Amino acid sequence: MNSDVMTLMTGVTDWFSQPMNWQGPGSIPEHILEHVTYVLISTLIGAAIALPIGIGLGHGGRGGLLAINLSNIGRAIPAFGVIILVFLLVGYGVIPVIVALVALAIPPMVTNSFVGMREIDPAVRQAAVALGMTGWQRLWQVELPIAMPLIMAGVRTSAVQVMSTATLAAYVGLGGLGRYLIDGLAVRDLAQVLVGAILVAVLAIVTELLFAGLQKLITAKGLQQQG
Amino acid sequence: MNRDWIAANSHQITAALLQHIQLVGLSLLFGFLIAFPLALLAVRWPRLYGPSLAVTGVMFTIPSLALFILLMPFTGLSMATSLIGLTLYTLLILFRNIVQGLRGVSPIVREAARALGYTPARRLFTVELPIALPVIVAGIRIAAVTIIGMVTVTALIGQGGLGQLFITGFTLSFATPLIIGFVLSVALAVMVDLALVGILYCLTPWQRGVR
Repeated sequence: MNSDVMTLMTGVTDWFSQPMNWQGPGSIPEHILEHVTYVLISTLIGAAIALPIGIGLGHGGRGGLLAINLSNIGRAIPAFGVIILVFLLVGYGVIPVIVALVALAIPPMVTNSFVGMREIDPAVRQAAVALGMTGWQRLWQVELPIAMPLIMAGVRTSAVQVMSTATLAAYVGLGGLGRYLIDGLAVRDLAQVLVGAILVAVLAIVTELLFAGLQKLITAKGLQQQG
Repeated sequence: MNRDWIAANSHQITAALLQHIQLVGLSLLFGFLIAFPLALLAVRWPRLYGPSLAVTGVMFTIPSLALFILLMPFTGLSMATSLIGLTLYTLLILFRNIVQGLRGVSPIVREAARALGYTPARRLFTVELPIALPVIVAGIRIAAVTIIGMVTVTALIGQGGLGQLFITGFTLSFATPLIIGFVLSVALAVMVDLALVGILYCLTPWQRGVR
């Protein structure tokens, strides 16, 4: 088995060192670009749907339990099934993948932004009311800055999940880093699979780090010392 | 929806559902058997917490499809391949919640149990675990629901439970098996989630008045 591992490692280094794999169609940079495009589009659409729902419900404080439970059930929707189902409905293209990834991205963002808004100390809310702030002012100047770390944690969870699930796009003939996994599986070329796995894992970890940095940047200064 | 297909393939549907339940149940069981002792160690020696969280976190980051395929040279197209992959995915969620639950036990309660002469093991099982139960069950719920969706991906390596119906639907360009697999998978997740809520309710009678 040791020699097997050696062969695999050599295969992977060969793959990474061949100039052919770094340029032109089907190259590593192109697959990374495709992958990141799927992730960016789906996470942004997901955020545009999920954040207003979570923040709105958390601000108003009504219908929250229903939203949380629906969003938990949303986690149960198998992304693999959604991709194929939408593929059968609309045919080849980027839409099946985007629909599945958006559905995957929504639940963590709804839950986290709702919880973030709900966990704000009621005394702070009341202080804002006592200062005569309107609902919008309270939302933008008090509640959102306080809830921001948790909201961003939700976006981060979604982005990382979408990043690893976007590999399934290759199953319905699209690109992205899943190509290495699906093609490698088809011809039992484990070196290629490992290349894909390494690249996606690195992308996911980079996403985590980027969001950790972003979270620090947009967290209000007054909140940073506590954390 | 094609009723004839459902009637003709009810055998395949039942088998897929049973395999789905089996894969989810076993990976949750194994995940718990690994995460629980690990969490006890991390609570006892807090220095272990960071590294354990990092390791289980990296496992969680590796895309499931890649992990399943990479396990194949060792375990082939067997159920073990799916089980190992799925179990690794449950670890982060279970470990984090068990540790959080146990850490949430008030030191006063712990001291009281000690003052009453409880041995550490008895204190763990009769005092600390019951108090930590809501947080632990919350972790099991998230892990269960996540895994029920993820099992379908293992259809690509010859397992997959209800995911097999997705592949059938894709190969035949035929929506009925897909919809059946989809609905059963979501229904299973909802039922397991509700069952866990029910179990928690029965196990924690002292919480009922508080809410």
